[in-house]
Amino acid sequence: MNTVDYAELGPPIRGPSALSGDWRRFWHLTFTIARTEFKLRFYGSALGYVWQLVRPLLMFGVLDLVYSLGKLGAIPHYPAMLLSGVVMFNFFTEATAGAVRCVVDRENFVRKIQFPRLAIPFAVILTACFNLGVNFFAVAIFTFVDGVKPRVQWLELPLILLMLLIFASGAAMLLSALFVRLRDVQPIWDVVLQVMFYASLILIPIERIQAHNKPILGVSLVHLWMINPLADVMEQYRHALLGPTKVILSGKVPTRGGISAAAAIGGYPELAIPVGLVLLLLVGGFWVFNRSAPHIAENL
Amino acid sequence: MPDYRGNGRPAIRVDGVSKAFRIPEEQMHTLKERALHPLRRTGHHTFRALEDVSFDVKEGEFFGIVGRNGSGKSTLLKCLAGIYSADRGNIWIRGRMSPFIELGVGFNPDLAARDNVVLNGIMLGLSPREARARYDHVIEFAELEEFQELKLKNYSSGMHVRLAFSVAIQVDADVLLIDEVLAVGDASFQQKCFDVFNRLRDAGTTIVLVTHDMGAVTRFCHQAVLLERGEIVAHGEPEDVANHYLELNFNRDAPEHTVGAARAGNGAARIVDAWCEELDGTQPGMYLQGHELRFCARVEFVREVEDPGLTVVFENESEVQVLVASTAIEHERTGRFGVGEEVVFSVEFTNVLAPGRYYTIVTISRLGRGLELLDRSAREMSIVVQGSASRGGVIDIPIRSSIERSPSSDRRHAEVG
Repeated sequence: MNTVDYAELGPPIRGPSALSGDWRRFWHLTFTIARTEFKLRFYGSALGYVWQLVRPLLMFGVLDLVYSLGKLGAIPHYPAMLLSGVVMFNFFTEATAGAVRCVVDRENFVRKIQFPRLAIPFAVILTACFNLGVNFFAVAIFTFVDGVKPRVQWLELPLILLMLLIFASGAAMLLSALFVRLRDVQPIWDVVLQVMFYASLILIPIERIQAHNKPILGVSLVHLWMINPLADVMEQYRHALLGPTKVILSGKVPTRGGISAAAAIGGYPELAIPVGLVLLLLVGGFWVFNRSAPHIAENL
Repeated sequence: MPDYRGNGRPAIRVDGVSKAFRIPEEQMHTLKERALHPLRRTGHHTFRALEDVSFDVKEGEFFGIVGRNGSGKSTLLKCLAGIYSADRGNIWIRGRMSPFIELGVGFNPDLAARDNVVLNGIMLGLSPREARARYDHVIEFAELEEFQELKLKNYSSGMHVRLAFSVAIQVDADVLLIDEVLAVGDASFQQKCFDVFNRLRDAGTTIVLVTHDMGAVTRFCHQAVLLERGEIVAHGEPEDVANHYLELNFNRDAPEHTVGAARAGNGAARIVDAWCEELDGTQPGMYLQGHELRFCARVEFVREVEDPGLTVVFENESEVQVLVASTAIEHERTGRFGVGEEVVFSVEFTNVLAPGRYYTIVTISRLGRGLELLDRSAREMSIVVQGSASRGGVIDIPIRSSIERSPSSDRRHAEVG
């Protein structure tokens, strides 16, 4: 074996990593795991995917009942907005809370085979996307029944959902990587999600906050509120779906749309803060995951 | 050892690979623990699992990695499989690699065979299209055609393993990495596995086998390495490596005895030495089937003993007692042996054992009231039996056969003709 030519062996193998440089395999794996999860979610239940619709609808029903007592029902299209908000937040919860434990729960994969590690959290996100798709059927029907007229600004909606997806992805990567080392991440994130629900303009419309607006450390409360990227996503969604708020003087009934996220936070330069946060989380989440990926199998 | 028939091109090269694990002395998993003990250093020690390991494997070679528990062989395999990254050194692998570290990764009990085959195939590196295309082959090989629609949770464990194994070999890997997965499954399944591996090897697949079954190493491997504390201590012919491994085990287990530690008995006698030989007294270490074989044990008596006898059990690698030979049948009254006396007991028989490795359990006992065990040494010595006429059983004895036409079929044949 003295004349063996090692050049033909090619480059040395690199061990496990977040992506392994093979995008097709990454996608195949992500898709396959996600599809299996989606298929199995309602395995054995008589109604199957109907449950996927029932859950947000039920939550919507309860919230709507409670808040109609608070006379918020007077706001036009409040139910449609409430349902969309609940559905979108559901997606965010599913993607991020599901991602926290995902790498640890898939221990048998991680320890036994080589594959792009990032496929695991992304499979969780993709499963959440499937569920979001199913739920959006309900949202669409509800929106039409509620009498919302189609508008050109609806073209903005996919972009807004993309922002939500990026936010969820960044958080998912960060959380799943951190959980391997620090198990507190799970209860902490549960609490954060609960706070986020009330802080994301789903139940409480922005008008309520504007009504109680006061400066905190020299910055308006509304502006501070809108630093939460989810609040911007929700408000921009409402703005795109219903159009801007118009006050029709003759009827003295304001048709209420949304306030654009930029307007709510106080201008486009300020909007860079939540958008920057989302992008930072994406880059940071990937960085953390990529760094820990080669050693996940040993640290589990 | 089988003949190497490959083209000699390199398939795997491991160059100076080292791997260490940091093992924390105290696990600190929660914030509270960190907050309550902010000054406590989370001490950890480093465990060196692999130390500068290098070897080459040629294409189509059956390569064995052996070593005791904790010697680093599984870590090495996981480095090869790309599950662990090496701290230092490089590994080259040419072609697609399929790890048999665990069978059926990703199998879901709630899915039917088809979904699981596709899922597992994709996990092992196939594209979804390839995985679906191979489904029929997989089911056929696993002999599970009738149970395709059954959910996996309703499969027996045997069916489960068969399905998983079938997927793994359908991956068309150029390099197979096998960790003792063969420890599961019954003997016939294990044989089937080895048959497949042999067939794949003959077809040019490179196979790396991690095991501590020296029989498998000597029967299948072209080359082997022995790992001890993460370092290669022997590298070369499987037979030498296997012997080295056995020596290593003896030395650790029983430094003061020539024969090892798994001892029992009341101590009235001591087996000083035990060996196999041909009738002319030579000890080739490997014994041909069909030849006469003599097993001897030198025994030293510590106390005075009356009528002792030797019994030797030959166990194969599956720990099945294949042959029991004893002096007690012919020599019931052996007489009285004094303190310090050394005696050689021996039994002779025609070697009808099937090829493979046999471990001996040597017992010196006497029939008093019941059986009195004087000394016993179990599985400390092994012999290898070679032969080419094995028919697959645990023994091969001369067989007479005949084929006779029956008169009635003869007549029918004549009529047709």
